[in-house]
Amino acid sequence: MEQPLTHITPPGRFSTGIREIWQYRELFYFFTWRDIKVKYKQTTLGFLWAILQPLGMMLLFTLLFSKTWKTDTGPLNYPLFVLSGLILWNLFSSSVSHAGESMIQHAGIIRKIYFPRMIIPGSAVLVSLFDFLMGLLIFIVFCLVYKQPLHWYSLPFFMAGIILVLLAGFGAGTFLSALNVKYRDFRYTIPFLLQVLFFSAQVIYPLSVVKQPWLVNLLALNPVNGAIELFRAGLTGGPVNYSLVLTGLAATILILLTGIYYFRKTEAYFADIA
Amino acid sequence: MKPAIEIKNLGKQYMLQEAPPYIALRDVISQPLKKLFNPAASKVNTFWALQDINLRIEPGERVGIIGRNGAGKSTLLKIISRITPPSTGEAFIRGRVGSLLEVGTGFHPELTGRENIYLNGSILGLKKAEINRQLEAIIDFSGVEKFIDSPLKHYSSGMQLRLAFSVAAHLEPEILLIDEVLAVGDLEFQKKCLGKMEEVSKKDGRTILFVSHNLDSIRKFCTTTLLLEKGKLIASGPTEQIINQYVAGHLDTVAEQIWPEGKNSYNKLVRLVKIWLHHKNETGGARFDTTEEIGISMTYEVLTDDVVFTHGINLFNQEQVNVFNSHDVTSAGAMQKRKKGHYTATAWIPGHLLPEGIFSISAAIFVPNPVDVFIHVHDVLSFEIYTDFSKLTARGQYTEEFPGIVRPLIQWEAINKE
Repeated sequence: MEQPLTHITPPGRFSTGIREIWQYRELFYFFTWRDIKVKYKQTTLGFLWAILQPLGMMLLFTLLFSKTWKTDTGPLNYPLFVLSGLILWNLFSSSVSHAGESMIQHAGIIRKIYFPRMIIPGSAVLVSLFDFLMGLLIFIVFCLVYKQPLHWYSLPFFMAGIILVLLAGFGAGTFLSALNVKYRDFRYTIPFLLQVLFFSAQVIYPLSVVKQPWLVNLLALNPVNGAIELFRAGLTGGPVNYSLVLTGLAATILILLTGIYYFRKTEAYFADIA
Repeated sequence: MKPAIEIKNLGKQYMLQEAPPYIALRDVISQPLKKLFNPAASKVNTFWALQDINLRIEPGERVGIIGRNGAGKSTLLKIISRITPPSTGEAFIRGRVGSLLEVGTGFHPELTGRENIYLNGSILGLKKAEINRQLEAIIDFSGVEKFIDSPLKHYSSGMQLRLAFSVAAHLEPEILLIDEVLAVGDLEFQKKCLGKMEEVSKKDGRTILFVSHNLDSIRKFCTTTLLLEKGKLIASGPTEQIINQYVAGHLDTVAEQIWPEGKNSYNKLVRLVKIWLHHKNETGGARFDTTEEIGISMTYEVLTDDVVFTHGINLFNQEQVNVFNSHDVTSAGAMQKRKKGHYTATAWIPGHLLPEGIFSISAAIFVPNPVDVFIHVHDVLSFEIYTDFSKLTARGQYTEEFPGIVRPLIQWEAINKE
């Protein structure tokens, strides 16, 4: 029988390594499975935790923005408006922060065993996706409570928004995780970065309140804006601001390529420096 | 048949930095400023952990890899298992590689034993279907079947180890890399694992690369052996022959080591300045007779006020058996806060303890509990013990082969009972 041949050489040309990740898909699955299992096992509140945080935030922002500072959120009432933004935002922020920390957390395994390293930030993003699905369930419950109709044609919009967030989160998380291995104090910038992105996204306010066109264009660079736009448009059946979405998509592709390129470039030496 | 492993001109170069290998962003930002004022400060030294390695290993061979600490044994395994890339050269590996650089990698305390078998197995490269097939055998072999469905955190460390070994022993790659993992765990179980691996290797013709300090295990387990020294492959051939060459080459003694300023200061707390061997009368030397006390002194510089630590040594014999370890629990200064400055600690190995032979010493500066090792230098000194037949020794007038790891002068009583 012909044995699989591995050719080991010094690091060479750039490649995405997707084929190899496919070969290691079972390990990918087991990493994700472990993190979800541990997360929901460790705390009996595991499931509750995934939904309490967005619910609490929703309550807070609803009190502030629908009662104190009246905000026009179009056809959606404020609780649904903010919850739809929050669950997507949480998907992004937890993808970025968990993927960003993931390489450092797995330093022990990286030093001992070979596998395509991108599995690690990748599975961190999938764990965040799982939490998001829990949040989505609650969101659907709230839609029923507030008698917000859900249509089948909403689905492609939802999917597009979610995929946009996932790609952006994976790109940024991968980039940060590699930076984190090399520059150990980089992790302290992540919470700050996320805070800036949170307030620049139309999570708690609609982008329509921003009057200056240049500022809207700048904010559009935050991919979460485009994603939320798609998601809410799917919900209400309203018009989509496509320039917002396309700018976000362009930014996402740029982040993704930068992240993957930098990660692959430094990957070979993780075991030496982790 | 094509070789299982073929290595051509392989080399691995590391950067030697005085700081830890990873860096802080603030250092990168502040570095150019420092350079401006002190251009010599950021000199980077490189060293070759491996150089010009050429190898052919046939399928089914069991190959031992020996050499002193720092000879490049583990680096070689890391390159073959693709954990780290080479700097030069290339290697062709035919077949799946399973590496046991450490057992129990990826174990999670919250998951059950069964779940951990799947996780660990898949990290070690087993497919899910293979784990399914082997599951019963793995559980059986580990001897922890009663607890297999309770979380790992309830296991004793011995049980965790047995489970980890058991997964490892059931790996079925064509090429298996083992790095000293067998040095831990209880002896009985180790034997069981070695036996299992030997059986697998003989029956299915698996290739095994085995790095160990324990020449005895290498002798028992490996047909061929490679000898590495300072990153170079200096000999390969039948195990017995290579081990003899290694042991003979180990005969050079080192009575003193001095570290120039700036070297060996991987931390900002303390640095080693000098370590040396000496007789009772303070004269240096590396040859002692069996009755003599052997003085080992180390001078170190404390770089920050109020550091707390102790100093210790490990002693190894020619066969790389760790004869004993010792750290300072008796002197007044041990585990006390120290001010900046130079300190010298001396350990006295009593006379009438070691037999003839060559011994090597590693030294460490560390905190025993919780463990925090500031400095651990391997194989820094080595010395020879000989018998002075003009003195009273455990040998008496006996001149033949006199085995034993230690050679105490035992007090005998003999009385004539009527």
